[in-house]
Amino acid sequence: MGQYADASVVDRIREQRGLNDNIFSQYGRYLTNVSQGDFGESFKYRGRTVSELLKKKMWVSAQLNLAALFLSISLGVPLGLFAALRQGTFWDTGTVAFTLLGQSIPVFLTAPVVLLVFALKLDILPTHGWGGLFDARVILPAIVMGVPGIAIITRMTRASTLEVIGQDYIRTARSKGLSEFTVQRRHVLRNSMIPVITMLGFSLAGIAFTSFIVERFFGIPGIGNLFIESIFARDFPIINAVIIIGTSMFVLANLLVDLIYPWLDPRIRLGGSYAS
Amino acid sequence: MLHEQVKRTLDESQSTPSYWAISIRRLLRKKIGVTCLVIIALMYGSGIFAPLVTPYGYNDQDLSNTKQSPSLTHPFGTDRLGRDNLTRIIYGLRTTVIITVVTLATGSLALGITLGLVAGYFGRLVDTFIMRIGEVSSAFPEIFLVLIIVSTFKPPITRWVRMVEDLVGFDILSLGVVDYLVISLALAIFSWFGMARLVRGQVLQARENQYVEAARSIGASTPRIMLRHLLPNVMSPVIVTVSAGLAAVAGSEVLISFLGIGIQPPTPSLGLMIFENGSISVLRSDPHLLLFPVLTLSLLLFTFNLLGDAVADAFNPRAR
Repeated sequence: MGQYADASVVDRIREQRGLNDNIFSQYGRYLTNVSQGDFGESFKYRGRTVSELLKKKMWVSAQLNLAALFLSISLGVPLGLFAALRQGTFWDTGTVAFTLLGQSIPVFLTAPVVLLVFALKLDILPTHGWGGLFDARVILPAIVMGVPGIAIITRMTRASTLEVIGQDYIRTARSKGLSEFTVQRRHVLRNSMIPVITMLGFSLAGIAFTSFIVERFFGIPGIGNLFIESIFARDFPIINAVIIIGTSMFVLANLLVDLIYPWLDPRIRLGGSYAS
Repeated sequence: MLHEQVKRTLDESQSTPSYWAISIRRLLRKKIGVTCLVIIALMYGSGIFAPLVTPYGYNDQDLSNTKQSPSLTHPFGTDRLGRDNLTRIIYGLRTTVIITVVTLATGSLALGITLGLVAGYFGRLVDTFIMRIGEVSSAFPEIFLVLIIVSTFKPPITRWVRMVEDLVGFDILSLGVVDYLVISLALAIFSWFGMARLVRGQVLQARENQYVEAARSIGASTPRIMLRHLLPNVMSPVIVTVSAGLAAVAGSEVLISFLGIGIQPPTPSLGLMIFENGSISVLRSDPHLLLFPVLTLSLLLFTFNLLGDAVADAFNPRAR
């Protein structure tokens, strides 16, 4: 609406959008709608609801984030175990150095460097866009997003494994003649995973934040790109929706981690009874 | 005789270097620590004295010289408006430096230590109150809430600064102070809790010591006990945590500016420069526009991390 808009039109639209009601009933209505999954209509894309816009993009982002999370777990846990079981050797030092680098180099650097090397100079991998989880275009962004996660999970696994290895029950397990594989899988791994799983909620959040950067660099049509676009266009319904959904997912992920806890480690029981 | 002996021991104990002197000397003995300090001093120095160090102004446009590759006159090249890239990076560093320092000073140091001391010393309801607020605030993802705070608090603060401007007749808004203020404030609100929890834990231990009881018995006031007896004894983990948190705060500032809610143009900021040039087409045609800010940022964050490790080693009282 420009400054020359007809006053009657302005009135009609205010009435239609319910902007004449008092602020509390407007807020109440917004909350009711949100709880039913209706975030209103986008300012920028006229006539399209936020939920409809988000649904498609969220699926893209979710796939990308899960690919990165999968990468960081499937590489981080074995690497951490590997380093811990060879503590003090060259392999251990090398792994620790790699994790230090991976943790302190920001995605801001890895994304352009990876693009420059693999896409522009070597020209072996495609750079732009999105074609689903089984497309070559997912490889580079997933690696870039996975690197910090790999580093953190490797460090956590290494540290907790070192602690577990020193415990008495590991010696007991060995001395009762269990095979090395069984000891490592049933006794070491299971116990050393507890602190790592605590971190998972936070690493997922970390991955979600890097996806803002990575989606932008790699031109992936996901939530991150839409979010930045909406901030610049002051498209508040979308911004609100992304924040509400993102925050609830973060809180839920941490709740989930807390609930998995007692299942993993029977020593921790919610409700904290020391009697038995 | 005995008197003299006591006097001598007292003199000797005075002449032994303090914990701080030892720790700082230990930090300076390490090559990594010194290198990090030098790099950070250089970056901070060039950031603080930016107007003196840089050959150009950060907004000096030269439309006949756009998108130049690095050369002698423009060591880091020029951007799409012909502005000197090096100058803009130095000013961007200044932004990051100011926000990092202000955030840590207000959030972690002032708020975090005070609330931690209070919670730990008084315990009970005060403790519960402060800790529950902190836990709730840390259950939410930081960046989103910073975003909300920045977007809701900026208009009133801008209005307020305009009023001050009218009173003093001096142009404040164009300095970008409002952005600095709002972003530091928002980041500080979320950075105090880690520090408060740490200090509280330390105080819970320290307040059971006999010197606290002794101080109380000779009639020292509560603020005096907290500041002179408890605070010095909890400082070493505080230093370690602050130095480890530098990189995180700097990173958040850059991410916020990258998302477009932080520093607004024309004030230069690393995040904004990365955002503007963060595309494959820029990377293909003039990579220097993206790579130099990104490399500077990485160097800063990497140095912060290394320094954090070095400080943790040097200031750890158990490691002597």
